[in-house]
Amino acid sequence: MSLIKSRGTELLGYLLLAVVLLVVLPLLLDNFRLNLIGKYLTFAFVVIGLVISWGYTGVLSLGQGLFFGLGGYIMAMFLKLEASTPEATAIQSTPGIPDFMDWNQLTALPWFWEPSHSFIFTVFAIVLVPSALAYVIGAAMFKRRVGGVYFAIITQALVAVATILIIGQQGYTGGVNGITDLRTLMGWDIRTDSAKTILYFIEVVLLFGCMAVARLMLGSKLGRILVAIRDKEERVRFSGYDVANFKTFAFCAAAGFAGIGGGMFTLQVGFMSPSIIGIVPSIEMVIFCAVGGRLSLIGGVLGALLVNAAKTGFSEEFPELWLLGLGGLFIGVVLFFPRGVAGLYADHVEPRLGPWLNRARLRTKLPVGPAEPTPAE
Amino acid sequence: MFDYSLGELGSILAMQAFAGLILFSVFVLMALGLAIIFGQMGVINMAHGEFLILGAYVTYITQHLFSDYLPWAQPAYFLVAMVFAFVVSGALGLIVEWLLIRHLYSRPLDTLLATWGLSLIMQQVFRSVFGAREVGVELPDWLMGSLAVTDTIEVQINGLFVMGLTLLITAAVLVLLFRSRWGLQVRAVTANRVMAGAVGIDTRRVDRLTFGLGCGVAGIAGSAFTMIGSTGPTSGQLYIVDTFLVVVFGGAQSLFGTVASALTISQSQSALEFFLSGSMAKVITLLIVIGILMLRPQGLFVLKLRR
Amino acid sequence: MSQDKFKPELVSPFRRKLLMGAAALPALALLGPRPSFAQAATAAVNTTGLAVTDSTVTVGILHSVTGTMAISETGSVQAEKLAISQINAAGGVLGRKIEFIQEDGASDWPTFAEKAKKLLVQDKTAAVFGCWTSASRKAVLPVFEQYNGMLYYPTFYEGLEQSKNVIYTGQEATQQIIAGLDWVAKEKGAKTFYLLGSDYIWPRTSNKIARKHIENHLNLEVVGEEYFPLGHTQFNSAINKIKLKKPDVIYAIIVGGSNVAFYKQLKAAGFDLENKQTLLTISVTEDEIRGIGGENIVGAYACMKYFQSLDNPNNAAFVKAFKDMWGQDIVIGDVTQAAYLGPWLWKLTVEKAGSFDIDKIAAASPGVEFTGAPEGYVRIHENHHLWSKTRVGRARTDGQYDLIYETADLVEPNPFPKGYQ
Repeated sequence: MSLIKSRGTELLGYLLLAVVLLVVLPLLLDNFRLNLIGKYLTFAFVVIGLVISWGYTGVLSLGQGLFFGLGGYIMAMFLKLEASTPEATAIQSTPGIPDFMDWNQLTALPWFWEPSHSFIFTVFAIVLVPSALAYVIGAAMFKRRVGGVYFAIITQALVAVATILIIGQQGYTGGVNGITDLRTLMGWDIRTDSAKTILYFIEVVLLFGCMAVARLMLGSKLGRILVAIRDKEERVRFSGYDVANFKTFAFCAAAGFAGIGGGMFTLQVGFMSPSIIGIVPSIEMVIFCAVGGRLSLIGGVLGALLVNAAKTGFSEEFPELWLLGLGGLFIGVVLFFPRGVAGLYADHVEPRLGPWLNRARLRTKLPVGPAEPTPAE
Repeated sequence: MFDYSLGELGSILAMQAFAGLILFSVFVLMALGLAIIFGQMGVINMAHGEFLILGAYVTYITQHLFSDYLPWAQPAYFLVAMVFAFVVSGALGLIVEWLLIRHLYSRPLDTLLATWGLSLIMQQVFRSVFGAREVGVELPDWLMGSLAVTDTIEVQINGLFVMGLTLLITAAVLVLLFRSRWGLQVRAVTANRVMAGAVGIDTRRVDRLTFGLGCGVAGIAGSAFTMIGSTGPTSGQLYIVDTFLVVVFGGAQSLFGTVASALTISQSQSALEFFLSGSMAKVITLLIVIGILMLRPQGLFVLKLRR
Repeated sequence: MSQDKFKPELVSPFRRKLLMGAAALPALALLGPRPSFAQAATAAVNTTGLAVTDSTVTVGILHSVTGTMAISETGSVQAEKLAISQINAAGGVLGRKIEFIQEDGASDWPTFAEKAKKLLVQDKTAAVFGCWTSASRKAVLPVFEQYNGMLYYPTFYEGLEQSKNVIYTGQEATQQIIAGLDWVAKEKGAKTFYLLGSDYIWPRTSNKIARKHIENHLNLEVVGEEYFPLGHTQFNSAINKIKLKKPDVIYAIIVGGSNVAFYKQLKAAGFDLENKQTLLTISVTEDEIRGIGGENIVGAYACMKYFQSLDNPNNAAFVKAFKDMWGQDIVIGDVTQAAYLGPWLWKLTVEKAGSFDIDKIAAASPGVEFTGAPEGYVRIHENHHLWSKTRVGRARTDGQYDLIYETADLVEPNPFPKGYQ
């Protein structure tokens, strides 16, 4: 469950996950289902971020949808500009601008859309813009020692603001419809089945890249400081660390990962819409993390996959029961399995497997349990 | 807007102030139950909106019971409905506390998630029982219409009713908290849970009753909201952001803070709405609140506590 | 796509004879108007591998059963199921019974896209009846175009769209708006208008068209225009503004839960829609009135193409069948009726084309007439929208509308109106 566990089992875990995602699923599933898995995995990026900020640092953000959405919108803006060639939009009163701008009587591209002509800019902005926003929010709040429930509620309010703004400013954002009808990425048609498959593999590779970065971060001394902040913030502060900076960093990292997920989401789904930014999707992202295990990167990825698959399955078979199931899942996980799937594995499977895998295990016990920090002051 | 006479402007100003007061009352009603729970336990009850709507549905059922069995008492049904709403929501609150919340006191962030799960379940139950469509709650005649104060100033009766109700409930809660033995216990537990337990207060029982009271007040509020809002399975979600912000902005553990923050937010929103479009007014209000919270994270009022 | 079961040689010859024999029986022929279609070999009527067998054809229903939009979309699902069961009772389509697969869009647009793809790619449905909001339609449109499906979309909407793969059975904005404005200007002598709307594309586009028509064609005045976030419940400030401006007509396009709050608060603020204030809405159907409460909106005018109270034999039969199937206390709104048209129009088009193939249906659609529509005669235009009449109704206390006015002729759909953009 913790990262400070036997390297053998951990490596095996990553290997298994890689085999499942790269070999087993593509072989087992048809294009449609594989594309769905690709969509679910975009949320796994968010979950990696949440493991860092919530699981390790104790900073619960109910606003990850905002960063996910930012990443998605930045990608969608690039794709939309590429799709809105003067030829393709010849019937508009102003050809060459996205269709929804034309419907809203805009006659020129707004200035903040201009950089989206560049793919290089888009790639960097997908990570940097969410992180920068997270920095502004985080720095302001953590410096003043806002934490716990307060922070959660404020991030939730930010999500509400973002949704209202995006829906209201439809000339610039596409409004409630979002940015739809995206076709090509640098001339490559992303709507075909083969493109979706290639995108899936790109996404999985990217996911492992992100997991590696996160793993390095958490395995280092930094990771231990984050855990220490979560469990006894005051002591870390008295030891001379700038707690606010560390928390801000964790929050920024989470936002960056969420941004990548959002960008991939746009590619996988083919459009971006404010419905993915709202309060409800943001909380759902947290539940993915909780189900998987808030302290485990692998568990988190599994959580995103399992909950989404359950959502699709349930809503196909018993649409009426889906909310009951999801609600029950929230309560059940929180009450009985606070460490999620990863916790189940650590408690029941690993003790039996462990001795075989590495006989000479030196296990450093650190208090990385699910204990929450003391209630908000 | 300067081509109007002063008299007209004056009456608009008066009515606008009144609109702000109605919004204020609505906010207080909405937030009171949550503030009680949050102040006492540091728990944010994400299912708060659903407890409101539960009250609204109870009102709906009561209306039908009255029109079917006691048509002569129809005008009074609304008052009875509010009592029912309080009892039903409060009872459910007690059950929820016993089944769910009490296991999670040491983990406030997890309570947030668990109660969110609860809200999803409640929504689905509403949908299964009452259907996906909104239900219409008919108001008794005496609550309809408006009083003409002057030729140009009209005052909504149901607005007055909401205000009166808010006053009454706030007063009742304050009396309970500051003049009753139980209130003394609640305040003791809030101030120092361990010490309160040590001097013989059954903190668990206090917690349960507090949670039940908070949910019951939410039920009354929901019942009152049938006069101004919609009653459907997902209507509760409309209220959550506003409610949480009012409570957080007011500062935990302080009912006065909740009232003050409701006043601030409602007046600024109502004024902004008059000069801007509804959408922009909402965005600006939320941003102002968030901005102030960043400067003053503990909220408007803080109760000095020793931890 | 060539699934073996669709190949003709796998169809039992005996079974086909049986079907032919059945078709010859006059008693059975009464059940279906065109039983001879049963003879058409599946291979001939379905060359693209849709889910069509000798006895069944599978279609999709794609609406939100959960989430905030479930309130609005329930009626459409019910209407589509009713139409399908009626068509089946009348012999089906080309002699095949319609089976349906229902998917839940969950009020979430990416989910709509996902489910649309499932219905087309996995289930190979021959047609999909569904979507309600513009956002959900925009989300599924690329899917339908890419995988060449057929969507029957029931809601009145903002226009600015036309697709080979969509039949729009509701009205587009100009159809719905202009006749109503003309009527209110002429009959009510209205001079000033105050436009209100929920903040998203349909109300904004509709108000834009309304404003252009009021200012440029009627030469009247718009004294205010205002939008509220979806789910907004506090309208007192807006109502005060209206009081200040004293418009002749309040033109309201508020949707969802906000509707309830708006009309309740409007009434409480002393606006007398019955005698003093004219209010024209294009967003309140009988469905919405259930939530609002008839007593709160009585006297308001609504402009759309269908009211449950329409007095014609088609509608009487439709309302009776609907109530028999879904309960006596149910109400039927404009969109519900439009959703009911979907399966019927599809059936008529399939029979006209003599094929289930999407391309042939798309090509055969223009000119398809449906005389049995509850709203009266409708016809599909070249642009895949419907010619239809526009009507103005006045809300009664019991939640129904009295028909006040209807256009003499069918109004031509014009999704890309010149001079209104």
